[in-house]
Amino acid sequence: MTPGPRLFSILKQGAYLIASIHTALDDPQLVRFQQDLVQRIGAERARGVVIDVAALDVLDSFASRTLRDIGEMARLRGANTVIVGIQPEVAFAMVALGMDTGSVSTALDLEEGLAFLEAGVSSPAVRRR
Amino acid sequence: MTTKEEMTVSDRVADVLPTSAAGDEELLPQLVAHLREHRTRLRQEWAGRIHEAHLLQAMTAQEMAAETTSVYDNYVEVLETGSVEALQHYARDLSERIIPRGVETHEVVGIVLLLRDVLARSLFEKYQRDLPLLNRVLDAYEPAANRIANTVAVSFVDERERVIRQQQESIRELSTPVLPVRERLLILPIIGILDGERARQLTEQLLRGIRTHRARVVVIDITGVPDVDEAVANHLVQTVDASRLMGASVIITGLSPEIAQTLVTIGVDLSKMDTIGDLQGGLEEAERLLGYTVTHSDAAGGP
Repeated sequence: MTPGPRLFSILKQGAYLIASIHTALDDPQLVRFQQDLVQRIGAERARGVVIDVAALDVLDSFASRTLRDIGEMARLRGANTVIVGIQPEVAFAMVALGMDTGSVSTALDLEEGLAFLEAGVSSPAVRRR
Repeated sequence: MTTKEEMTVSDRVADVLPTSAAGDEELLPQLVAHLREHRTRLRQEWAGRIHEAHLLQAMTAQEMAAETTSVYDNYVEVLETGSVEALQHYARDLSERIIPRGVETHEVVGIVLLLRDVLARSLFEKYQRDLPLLNRVLDAYEPAANRIANTVAVSFVDERERVIRQQQESIRELSTPVLPVRERLLILPIIGILDGERARQLTEQLLRGIRTHRARVVVIDITGVPDVDEAVANHLVQTVDASRLMGASVIITGLSPEIAQTLVTIGVDLSKMDTIGDLQGGLEEAERLLGYTVTHSDAAGGP
């Protein structure tokens, strides 16, 4: 475990978990985030996870890969994942560098993300191909 | 360039021997005096030459008279002072006035060169009996005259480029509107050639629009794009990907048969893109995605 305060929060909201990243995380903190979150999915029996990255003004390749991995792991543990709050500049930089979130869905903000989970994967507007 | 002291010396020499023995530095003031003295005749000769050469036909005779007079005076002044600043200023001002009337670069350069020739010819006439002096007169006159021609041409071209830049800027600003048509639905009609810079700007504006309007579906209409190459197609793919990262689906409409052919031929991967034939179809699909149903009411007196 990395010592020091957590730079993210994982809150339970009904059947869903809301994971907010508060500031740019370095690689060990990202790993800690991943472990905590995957563990909590089982513990809380969550059906869905919203990862809020609105506070981040940069997402590097390790971060986007970690988010993608979290999505895959969550799916294996029975929860849908949606990433919300990617800023315009971040989105632009990500596609320019050829990064994406793989099979993990994205939504505009927390509200949209929860609506997406509520609707299940059938909502066409944000479904990944 | 000579030092001030030398100038004074040559001045004194010139006082004693006003013509053939004058120092080279004294020649230009002499020239200037000559050109001032015959101003009217030379100017008219010049105007005649301009007319013969069919230059500046966009201007009326009166304007021509006014402009040729000021150009002439400016010209002589530069010969006198050696400073092109005032001329630069005047040339820019003149360009600003005549560019909107369709005066071409070759005309402007042409009239300045004509003036140079007219003046050179008159100097030749005046000094032809003393060939060594004529040589020195021309040595003094030619660099200054060339410098003037250069200054005027550069000022004119600069001004034209400034106008072109300004126009490009305004075209660019006008050309990428992001329009909300329904709640959560944006249209982005693209008209004209998409280059790298414009595509980047367009993506930026679209992403910002998605956040501002909380859009979930975006219809990009490229009916007005004449041609698509690999770079542009990749830009479109990037725009679609970036929009998706922000939670918005993109529908591309208005791909012409030619563009469809080009895209398939150059092998851009468009499998991730939603494309629909025309804007109408795109809007209908977008409404379906957002759960809108548009019904036609008979009472409204439709078609």
